[in-house]
Amino acid sequence: MESVGSTICYWIIALAIVIFSVLTVTTRKILRAATYLLFVLFATAALYFKLDYEFLGSVQIAVYAGGIVVLFVFSILLTTRPGDNSEQLESRKKALGILGALAAAGACGWALCSRCADIFTSAPSMANPTMHEIGNAMLGTGHGQYLLPFEAVSVLLLACIIGGVVIARKR
Amino acid sequence: MDITLIWYLVPALVMFCCGVYGFLTRRNMIAMLISLELMLNAVDINFVVFNRYLYPGSMEGWMFTLFGIAIAAAETALAIAIIINLFRVSKNIDVRDATHMKH
Amino acid sequence: MDITIPVLILAIPLFMFLLLGLAGVKMSHKLAGILGTLGMGTVLVLSYFTAYTYWFSGSPEFIDGTNRLQFTVFNMEWLRFTDFLSIKLGFLLDPISALLLVVITTISFMVHLYSLGYMKGEKGFQRYYAFLSLFSFSMLGLVVATNIFQMYIFWELVGASSFLLIGFFYTLPSAVAACKKAFIVTRFADLGFLIGILILSFYTNQLDFLPMTQNPQGVLSSFGGATFMGASVLTWALVLIFTGGMGKSAMLPLHIWLPDAMEGPTPVSALIHAATMVVAGVYLVARLFPLYMLEDAALTFITVVGAVTAFYAACVACAQIDIKRILAFSTISQIAFMMVSLGVAARNGEVIHEGLGYMASMFHLFTHAMFKALLFLGAGSLIHAVHSNNYTAMGGLRKYMPITHWTFLIGCLAIAGIWPFAGFFSKDEILTACYANSPLWGVWMTVVAGMTAFYMFRMYFLIFWWENPDYAARVKEQEAHGHHASMPHESPLTMTIPLVFLAAVSVCCGWMVPFGELVTYDGHEYHIHIDWSIASMSLVVAFAAIGLAAWLYMKKNDKPARMADSCRWLWTAANRRFYWDEIYLFVTRRIIFDGICKPIAWFDRHIIDGTMNGLAYVTNSLSGAIKGFQSGKVQMYIWWYLVGAVVLGIITAVCVL
Repeated sequence: MESVGSTICYWIIALAIVIFSVLTVTTRKILRAATYLLFVLFATAALYFKLDYEFLGSVQIAVYAGGIVVLFVFSILLTTRPGDNSEQLESRKKALGILGALAAAGACGWALCSRCADIFTSAPSMANPTMHEIGNAMLGTGHGQYLLPFEAVSVLLLACIIGGVVIARKR
Repeated sequence: MDITLIWYLVPALVMFCCGVYGFLTRRNMIAMLISLELMLNAVDINFVVFNRYLYPGSMEGWMFTLFGIAIAAAETALAIAIIINLFRVSKNIDVRDATHMKH
Repeated sequence: MDITIPVLILAIPLFMFLLLGLAGVKMSHKLAGILGTLGMGTVLVLSYFTAYTYWFSGSPEFIDGTNRLQFTVFNMEWLRFTDFLSIKLGFLLDPISALLLVVITTISFMVHLYSLGYMKGEKGFQRYYAFLSLFSFSMLGLVVATNIFQMYIFWELVGASSFLLIGFFYTLPSAVAACKKAFIVTRFADLGFLIGILILSFYTNQLDFLPMTQNPQGVLSSFGGATFMGASVLTWALVLIFTGGMGKSAMLPLHIWLPDAMEGPTPVSALIHAATMVVAGVYLVARLFPLYMLEDAALTFITVVGAVTAFYAACVACAQIDIKRILAFSTISQIAFMMVSLGVAARNGEVIHEGLGYMASMFHLFTHAMFKALLFLGAGSLIHAVHSNNYTAMGGLRKYMPITHWTFLIGCLAIAGIWPFAGFFSKDEILTACYANSPLWGVWMTVVAGMTAFYMFRMYFLIFWWENPDYAARVKEQEAHGHHASMPHESPLTMTIPLVFLAAVSVCCGWMVPFGELVTYDGHEYHIHIDWSIASMSLVVAFAAIGLAAWLYMKKNDKPARMADSCRWLWTAANRRFYWDEIYLFVTRRIIFDGICKPIAWFDRHIIDGTMNGLAYVTNSLSGAIKGFQSGKVQMYIWWYLVGAVVLGIITAVCVL
């Protein structure tokens, strides 16, 4: 049983996620979409905090909210003139989109239902992973440790920086 | 009220479906990219939630989320570089106009 | 016996073929011709030496008292099938192979020499000599074969070289058609030969001649009395093997290729299609004679085929215009004589008259090779002079070409069987053998012998007597057309020397060679004694036929034309060779092509190809239909991806549930 505060907290986060997600994809102003995305990402970060993963929440805020959304905003400002709205969607296209989304939801829902024994698990008690554990997990080579993916991601990010510079630079 | 696993999965599913919807319907490439971020985020939530509820002792899902965030950042950066380049060429970021790659 | 000389006999022609075939283009005509002739001359000397050693050295490996032995000089394993059955290549020396060595090398050398003059200036002169060498190699390999499969290999090789030489003038459509015809007909016959070989080796587990021929009862017992369709399997095998011989030796009904083979150069006709290759069938039967002796049915088959062919070919030869065709049909008829002689040589497993038929057949093979080569080379000399194959363009040539005339006359006398020329002796032996077997065959072959004399002298008189055409006017006319032309004249020395030599052989070889002591079926000596009752009868018949020919054709008159008119249908039928070609054409075109091949072709074109085209069409239209999927529209791709993902998710869920 969770505390009432925790439940209220959950509901706020869940509602924020649902509402802002919907708004992100339905608004016609691209800058607003980016803003709503920011809210969704914040809500997600809050969710991570609520699940006792503080480090992950911080990373979520720092990278996603702080980095990616800023990147979005920059690119939107670069490519869009003020007052540019995307045109009204045709109803047929909208219907098709909803259909696709529902199909995806159906498939995922079915998959969830197939594991109905697990989905009603309560949250077990868990000690927060300490900085020490996280550090060990990322930089160790033993079982349950992730040095190689860590390095791979480092290289990927480097490649990405170079690629971004090469692609976007003026010729 | 006991907040079980499903209570986290449903918002994530909604977020994912919104992402699918946006990705399918939006014409603006940046908007599509934003939808993509929604989907990725939904998946991240799933990882975290499953890790937290089913395997609380270990850190696999946690790690996946961390790497997922990193990869999402990389992907976004590259995609935006491409979009800006396309914009420079055609003064437009409508995905319907970017069909030259089929040849 | 030393192995060197036999190996050289085979190796020199092969080497000459390779040398002239590969390097001939770089040589002058003269050099190539002389090289080929010298090579053949060497082989001639070596073969004579080998034959002489075999017959007259008295070495114990060749002769045991008066009994000549069969001697295997070498026999190497070439291809092993099982422990019992392997294909070998070797060199067998016995009376008939020694005889054939002499015949082949003599005629081949004469033809090499003759061709120096006859083929002078022809395009592809070096190629011609290369092919002649190839032929000599194959024919020598054939006759010295130690086993039936080696014989088959060289059998096909002579067929191939015959094909190449008939089609030597490959720019002439008729030559191309003739060489294809010869090859295809003999190939069909060789199919029977191969099946016969397979049956024989299947039952006896061996391919070598000597174990089979020296122990025919063992062969018979290895068949264990197996029968097939009312005849014993051994008979079938022997008849099928004989089918190969029928094809090569142009027996009815597989004779149709030989007259057309005259499209080749005339010396080639003399060498291949008169003296050597076409007697391969006779040689084959002679080689396996101890086996044929076991089966009366097979021997009777040979006799009947031979007798019918002899009569048929003699009839046709009486009505031909082309002198080479006349000689071709006369060749068929004479080979049929040899076949009959072999066929009548034994009955009920016992030889008749001490195996006279066998000896006579080989004797006739020898003499016929000489005088028929002489006649062909003489015909070549005539054709060289008047540039036509038809006797209608000739006449009165005895004044222009005396050497050709006299040698040709000797050849005609020899083939007609006039004493003391070669043909008399061998033909007399054949007739004696026939009478010894049955009066029917004796009378039959005597009639054919008379017809032989008639058609040969008909040709002789029409060429050298008859009427003198206006050669001078013809020369003028041709020169007016810008062709080089000249009056008929005697041929150069390279051509007349072989004529004279062969004429001398044709005169002498009948009574000078002690043939009966050299070649018999079992190696024991046979003393030829001429049966004058039969000989005088055949002489009378021959003289009567010659007289008839002289009466009809000596001077120009209208008797022949009136005779032809009085039974026009018979003359036409004989002239058209009794419509054998038409029958073949009918069978192949109307029945096989129209009845079988065309439906198959239709099936192939519409069903097989249709299926393939249908597949291609479906693929094409399908790709046309799905090409729209690659539109470059990213959102369409996403749609497809989504559909795929959802379907995959559903499948997974279903499986998990």
